[in-house]
Parts: sequence; C-alpha cells; structure tokens
Amino acid sequence: MTDTIIALEHVDKWYGPSFQVLKDCTLAVPKGEVVVVCGPSGSGKSTLIKCVNALEPFQKGEIVVDGIRLHEKGVNLPKLRARVGMVFQHFELFPHLSVLENLDLAQIKVLGRGKQAARAKSVALLQRVELSAHADKFPGQLSGGQQQRVAIARALAMDPVVMLFDEPTSALDPEMVSEVLDVMVQLAQEGMTMMVVTHEMGFARKVAHRVVFMDRGEIVVDARKDAFFGDVGNERAKQFLSKILQH
Amino acid sequence: MFAHFDFQAIVHALPYLFEQGLVFTLTLTILSAIGGLILGTALALVRIGGGPVLATIATGYVNLMRTLPLVLVIFWFYFMVPYIGQWLLHAPRPIKVGGFSSALLTFVMFEAAYFSEIMRGGIQSVARGQYAAGLALGMTGAQAMRYIVLPQVLRTMLPVLLTQTIVLFQDTSLVYVLSLTDFLGAASKIAQRDGRLVEMYCFAALVYFAICFLASLAVRRLQSRVAIIR
Ligand SMILES: Nc1ncnc2c1ncn2[C@@H]1O[C@H](COP(=O)(O)OP(=O)(O)OP(=O)(O)O)[C@@H](O)[C@H]1O
Ligand SMILES: [Mg+2]
Repeated sequence: MTDTIIALEHVDKWYGPSFQVLKDCTLAVPKGEVVVVCGPSGSGKSTLIKCVNALEPFQKGEIVVDGIRLHEKGVNLPKLRARVGMVFQHFELFPHLSVLENLDLAQIKVLGRGKQAARAKSVALLQRVELSAHADKFPGQLSGGQQQRVAIARALAMDPVVMLFDEPTSALDPEMVSEVLDVMVQLAQEGMTMMVVTHEMGFARKVAHRVVFMDRGEIVVDARKDAFFGDVGNERAKQFLSKILQH
Repeated sequence: MFAHFDFQAIVHALPYLFEQGLVFTLTLTILSAIGGLILGTALALVRIGGGPVLATIATGYVNLMRTLPLVLVIFWFYFMVPYIGQWLLHAPRPIKVGGFSSALLTFVMFEAAYFSEIMRGGIQSVARGQYAAGLALGMTGAQAMRYIVLPQVLRTMLPVLLTQTIVLFQDTSLVYVLSLTDFLGAASKIAQRDGRLVEMYCFAALVYFAICFLASLAVRRLQSRVAIIR
C-alpha cells in the first residue's frame, strides 16, 4: 500500500441534511499514475477532488493521502495540504502579488524556506512554464493561459507528492488550452502523480493511465485508459463521451 | 459685521490654535483611526468566522454603537470608564482616567463599529476561492487571512476607510463636551476671551474645510494608485 498516494474508501458526503453529493466512492491513485475524472456537470467531480485535500469535509468512509488518514483525530491538515498541489478552474492567483511573489509566498510562510532559496525555486519554475519574461507582472496583466501556467508553477513550488487539477482549462479561451495542457503532459511524462478533472479527452488519451467516469455522485466507471476508450461498457458514459467528443 | 473683521486677532492666535488645538485633533484622529481599524477588523473576523455566539455578540455591539449618538457615548464613557476600571482592577475607588484617554477609548470603540462594517463587506467581496487557494497551499486559516485576504481588503477598502477617517476628523470636535482643547475648542476659547467670535469661527471653518477638501483630493488620487490590477 505504500505506493498508493490517494485512496478513497467508501466515501459518502452530504451537502445539508438530505442532498447526498458523493455516494460510496472508492478510488485509488498509485504513485506515478495519472487518473482523469470526467462526468456530467453536477456529478460531484469538484467535490470529490476537494475532499482529497480536505477543502471539503466528508461524513462517511475514509480518505488516505500519502499515508495520512484524513478522518483520524488531530490530523495536521495544513501540513497535508502543503504536500498536495491543487490547480483551480479559475486559477486563484493572488492579484495583489507579483507573479514571483505568488510563487514565493507559501514556500516561505508554509515550508519555512529562506527568501533566497524560495526565489531561486520560483525563478526556475517560471522558466519551466516559459513565463520568465512575466516574472514581475501582476496576475491581472497576464492572459488566462499564462495565469494557469503560473498557478501550476505555484503548486509545484511546494514540491508536492501529487497534483490535483479541477477543470484547469475549462475557463480558458480555446486557443490557450494547449499551452496549459502541454505543461500538464510534460509533468505527467516526468512521472508526477496526478488526479485531473477534465473533459479534454485528447489529454486523457495521451497521458492518462486510468479514466474515471462519475454520474450523480457515484463512480460509475473506473477503467484503464485503453479499456475506457475501447468500450466503456456503461450507457451513461457512452452517451456522455459521444457528446463531448463531438466538440 | 465684517467691517470690524480683525485679521490680526487670527494671526496672534495661530500658534495656540495649531500647536495646541490642531495637534490634539490630529493625534486623536490618527490614534482613533488606527485603534478603530484594528478593533474593527477583529470584530469583522469574529462576525464572519467566530462561531454563532461570538458573532452575535459582535453584531450586537456594532449595531448598538451605530444607533447611539456619538456625543452620548462620549459622555457616557467619560463618566463610566472610571467605574468600569475600578470594577475590572478591583480597585478601592474609581480609576482616574484623563479626558484624552477617555475620548480616545470612546472614538476607538465607536469607529470600530463603522470600520468593522467596511472590513466585513471587503472580506466577503474577496472571493472565497482566494481563501481556499491559500489553504490548498498549506496555509492555516489565519495565514490565509493575513497574507491573502486582508491585504486585498485593505487595498480595495483604503479609500472608504480614509473617507470614514475624514468624518472622524470632524467628529473629534465633539470632545468639547469634556472641555478638552481640540482645534475647535482652542478657537472657541480665544473667541470667548478676546470677543472675536466671528473671526475665530470663520477661521476654524476655513481650516476644517481646507483640510477635509485636500484630504479628499488625496484619497481620490491614492485610489487609482493602490487599486489591484485585475
Ligand atoms: N457548497 C455547496 N453546497 C450545496 N451544494 C453544493 C455545494 N457545492 C456543490 N454543490 C452541489 O453538489 C453537486 C456536485 O457539485 P460539484 O461542483 O462537485 O459538481 P461537478 O461535477 O464539479 O460539476 P461541474 O462540471 O459543473 O463543475 C451539484 O449538484 C452542486 O449543485
Ligand atoms: Mg466542478
């Protein structure tokens, strides 16, 4: 079990007293694997991924991240989250800080890195996402695609053991999608463990090991990529796929 | 009446008016604004994330302060603070509190109510996603507030906070009820002593107008400088 980075075991979650948003979700992400999560709007994908780094609480079952049981008493959630990188649909860069400062902040305040060490790391990561020229700009001065690449670099600056992505390209203009996906593909090819909510099936075909299909709070399909794209074996998933693949 | 307008009377009074009066007024304004901002921010944080009991108490406090006339609060505090101090410190007799300390405490507590409303609106307008992004990077809730949410709130709300401070600057003249010598108090003392009511009150009005007008202009210029690029 040591090489399982994320394990969800029979997770149930409710919003309020009666609306069950996650139903008996079980899922494992082994080290070095890329798992793509897809499914119709409102099926609970965002909720699922937010449960993994405890941004959302869940009521039943257990989630184990890098050996830490989230439901155990006295879990140091900030410490856990520092090891789990997260990329949001709407980037969530800090608008009052420059691009470099966005990357520095948590390294210094959370990891306790020295200012110079943090800065060196930030500079290197910006180079990696090809944004060195924009280091001193503010997020509001960048395009959506550039902002999302900064957000990825910001998460990587924490040296995460796993990266979570929640629809990282769905708020972008079409012509900017590929610059973000390219960074993600590169990351996957370097062996980063990733859990990615996305409808970009091209990305899934290229780098995913497994594809998970969710519907109404349930994990309906959890298959190796080839099996998933060969014959899903589930009517809802087939319908869904044919719909998004048309576009 | 302006036929007898005596500029000389004003000129003679200038050192007293500015060195005593205006210094007092500015000191009280600045200290009250700083104290009010700190207490007001604390109140706003309690109201947003302090749990139902504390939030209700904080909200009650804010509403109470906002429904009482300031003069009443100034008076009430001046007479009550010595007894509250006695009770808090278990002292044998009422604690001696100077007029300035009492006035400062009053303004801090009163302004905190207004500042807390401003800060609360600001905190709620910074998208929840920003706070979550801080948490996702491993920050504690307090760190996310301190490094991500509050800096943005202060920058977006700075013009409103300063405008409120200009109102506070005018309101400090109410300390005359405690016979403290602020700028207006100083002007009025001289007016009585020299029988120069017209000169002194006209001059006082002019000074208040000039300071507030220039401060407003400065705030407006600052507004575009501190705005966050979005
Ligand atoms: N904070 C909340 N309180 C109550 N209900 C919520 C909350 N957040 C989400 N929901 C509901 O839970 C369900 C799942 O939401 P979620 O955002 O996880 O779906 P999703 O699969 O990510 O959808 P999308 O593709 O639109 O992002 C939806 O019906 C949504 O309305
Ligand atoms: Mg979603």
